[in-house]
Amino acid sequence: MNRRQILASMAALAGNASTAQAAELSGEMPWEPGQAKVPPLPDPGPDRLVFFTLAEAEAVGAMADRIIPADDLSVGGKEAGCVRFIDRELAGPYGRAATQYRLGRFVKGTPEQGIQSPLAPADRYRLGLAALDRHCRAAHGKGYAALPPAEQDKVLSAMEAGTLDLGVVDAKEMFEQILQNVREGFLADPLYGGNKDLVSWRMLGFPGAQYDFRDVIDLKGKKLDFVPVSMIDKTL
Amino acid sequence: MANVHPKVDAVIVGLGWCGSLMAEELTRAGLTVVAIERGPWVETAVDFPPSVDMDELRWDTRRAMLLPPAIETITFRNDPTQKALPARDWHFNEWGYNVGGSGTHWAGMAWRFLPFDFQPYSMTVERYGAAQFVDGLIVQDWGVTYDDLEPFYDRFEKIAGVSGKAGNLKGEKIPGGNIFEGARSDEYPLPPLKTTRLTDLFCEASASLGYHPFMVPAGQTSAAYTNPLGVRMGPCTYCGYCMYYGCGNWSKSTPNNCVVPVLMQRKNFSVLTESTVLRANLAPDGKTATGVTYVDKDNKTWEQPADIVVFSAFQMQNVRLMLLSKIGKPYDHATGEGVVGRAYSFQTVSGANIFFENEYLNQFIGAGALSAQIDDFNGDNFDHTGMDFIGGAGILVVSRGARPIGNADFLPPGTPRWGSEWKKAYTHSFQNGTFIFGQGTSFAHKDAYLDLDPEYKDIHGLPLLRLTYDYNENDRRSAKLIEDKSVEIGKKMGAKLVVATNATNQHASPYQLASDHTNGGAVMGLDPKTSALNRFQQSWDVHNVFVLGASSFPNNAGYNPTGTVGALTLWTAKAIIETYLDKRGPLVAN
Repeated sequence: MNRRQILASMAALAGNASTAQAAELSGEMPWEPGQAKVPPLPDPGPDRLVFFTLAEAEAVGAMADRIIPADDLSVGGKEAGCVRFIDRELAGPYGRAATQYRLGRFVKGTPEQGIQSPLAPADRYRLGLAALDRHCRAAHGKGYAALPPAEQDKVLSAMEAGTLDLGVVDAKEMFEQILQNVREGFLADPLYGGNKDLVSWRMLGFPGAQYDFRDVIDLKGKKLDFVPVSMIDKTL
Repeated sequence: MANVHPKVDAVIVGLGWCGSLMAEELTRAGLTVVAIERGPWVETAVDFPPSVDMDELRWDTRRAMLLPPAIETITFRNDPTQKALPARDWHFNEWGYNVGGSGTHWAGMAWRFLPFDFQPYSMTVERYGAAQFVDGLIVQDWGVTYDDLEPFYDRFEKIAGVSGKAGNLKGEKIPGGNIFEGARSDEYPLPPLKTTRLTDLFCEASASLGYHPFMVPAGQTSAAYTNPLGVRMGPCTYCGYCMYYGCGNWSKSTPNNCVVPVLMQRKNFSVLTESTVLRANLAPDGKTATGVTYVDKDNKTWEQPADIVVFSAFQMQNVRLMLLSKIGKPYDHATGEGVVGRAYSFQTVSGANIFFENEYLNQFIGAGALSAQIDDFNGDNFDHTGMDFIGGAGILVVSRGARPIGNADFLPPGTPRWGSEWKKAYTHSFQNGTFIFGQGTSFAHKDAYLDLDPEYKDIHGLPLLRLTYDYNENDRRSAKLIEDKSVEIGKKMGAKLVVATNATNQHASPYQLASDHTNGGAVMGLDPKTSALNRFQQSWDVHNVFVLGASSFPNNAGYNPTGTVGALTLWTAKAIIETYLDKRGPLVAN
């Protein structure tokens, strides 16, 4: 990618104020009354996938349910909206690694030098899920989503330990990617499609997007029974 | 052929704390100033009001306010025999990318360094002898002392609206403040922030062990405040969204809140946004700069002529600009000669993770700098006789606001990272788990340095900066002491589980987010053979180039850098206005 392409790619990034005009600013604050730069969100409707195929979504949903199982603390990751969250993220700038340095040769380095992979998150899911499906069908005769939970856990553990060979995709890197994204879908503001009914914030006792704690900061060491608040309540 | 702007008195590269403070001083003195900022204009009411600010995924996890590595990153290796590779994803260089720079998203810990931190060489030799230095360590005095800087620290604290309590007022030690600090001429402009369950537990435990806890000076306003420039700030609401976030409440000490609104009213100031400076241009004799070359958002190249050039980008970017502009002699690791890229330092971090049993720490309540600390083992505040190292750390707990995604791996060792066991453990740790943080001194070493990468380039086709770094023996020894002290305090606090942590047990990595404080590489000093800048942060070689920021630090203290960065900027501004404008040339003979 050249400079122009990288900057064009960045332009779609939420939070990057690339819509602002480059300008020589002088003599006053260039303030636009009534404007707030909320993140632009894809709106695929409740059930439409924008990145995953149906089979990919089933596999990711099954993994989300093993990473965040339904139990007495919360609903499972799939019901919490993790698949919808990840689907949206992968369709956007995050999926194509818009913020990452992608120039020059990709050379394997030391652990301290971090991941040196040409795969963007969306590539890692697409290629990795296909390789995982091949592995599960060869080893168990069915795809990941159809395996019994105990078998699903074993596959995830092997990926986590780096003992599973998925060919072009590093299984450990793929596991870390999925773990991070499922957690994000479970724990981020519902604005992004996951954390349905603030389920994880209720579990943790996290009050959410509160603006002012001055009336409770002196209640030290006490259980504070906040009803969590989402950004949705504030922006939409 | 580049397009040429009308000449100005001074051009400022990067409009963060350094750039805005310098611009305020120079425009008030009547100079015409143009600042060139890589990122866009941002505005509290538009970009991060309370309806937008409290979004962990966007600002913290996805780092939406930082300069993306896609645009510029560094390459990294632990030692000179390795091939450096680019840090491709978010890492410890948390470079600002907007008007306000890193000062917009910083946590707000607004420290003064100790007198020792500016004179580590002479004070160590005097107290212990030169044998105290481990092999290869680079230790040198800054050429500026704490007493020189005191009036400028005072001015910075008042501009920023810092909340704190003096521990040494004109030589009188005051309990409850930091009794180890250098003598202050005045109190903080605002009283300390409120305390929390966590800071209370820390203060009680450390005091009972005979140490001297105090509340960390905070760049969050504990009450409504009007600064000396006439800018008004609102009281902090303890929402906990500070570090990586903009403040939606005009309560965080940022250039945007404290300085920029005043600059924008001045007719002799303007800022060019979304424009990247590539280099300073030198006159044919190489002794002065004629201005800078920059690229605007439409990829158009411009020249901005100026009589004074100020580099006030982030520390690493300042060093890179020096190298790309060919100002000063680059450091040669093989011979040990040269100064630009030499004397890089970081932060030595160790401490303890602590887990209580039935607490409600409510750590989502907080502020970026709402912290309690002891300085009993910082700098040279304790006797190092027989200890075979120098330095130490501030030991603190932070109530900076805990959020769900960022804490998901903060668990007792051995806990599964997924499944029902993870959910249960995380729910417990979210209220009961926290850490004691030893933020340690870092001294430069001959084997740690910055230069231009021979292979990897930025989006303009210019070489990335290459960092060669690993912890040194002095770091490991000081970190061990601090780790032990942190464990002692954690146990005294009543934690059920105390787990020692020590970053120096591994090789350093840009992804080990122990700290984002990177320093040095274009340091100030008394000798042009060992410093790129004189004591006024003026280039020894090109007298109309001034370089501001932590790039000037020959060593890092056991603190956060911003207060010292601000004070040094104001110290340099005074030298420019009172001396340099009348007599253009080196402020110190070389």
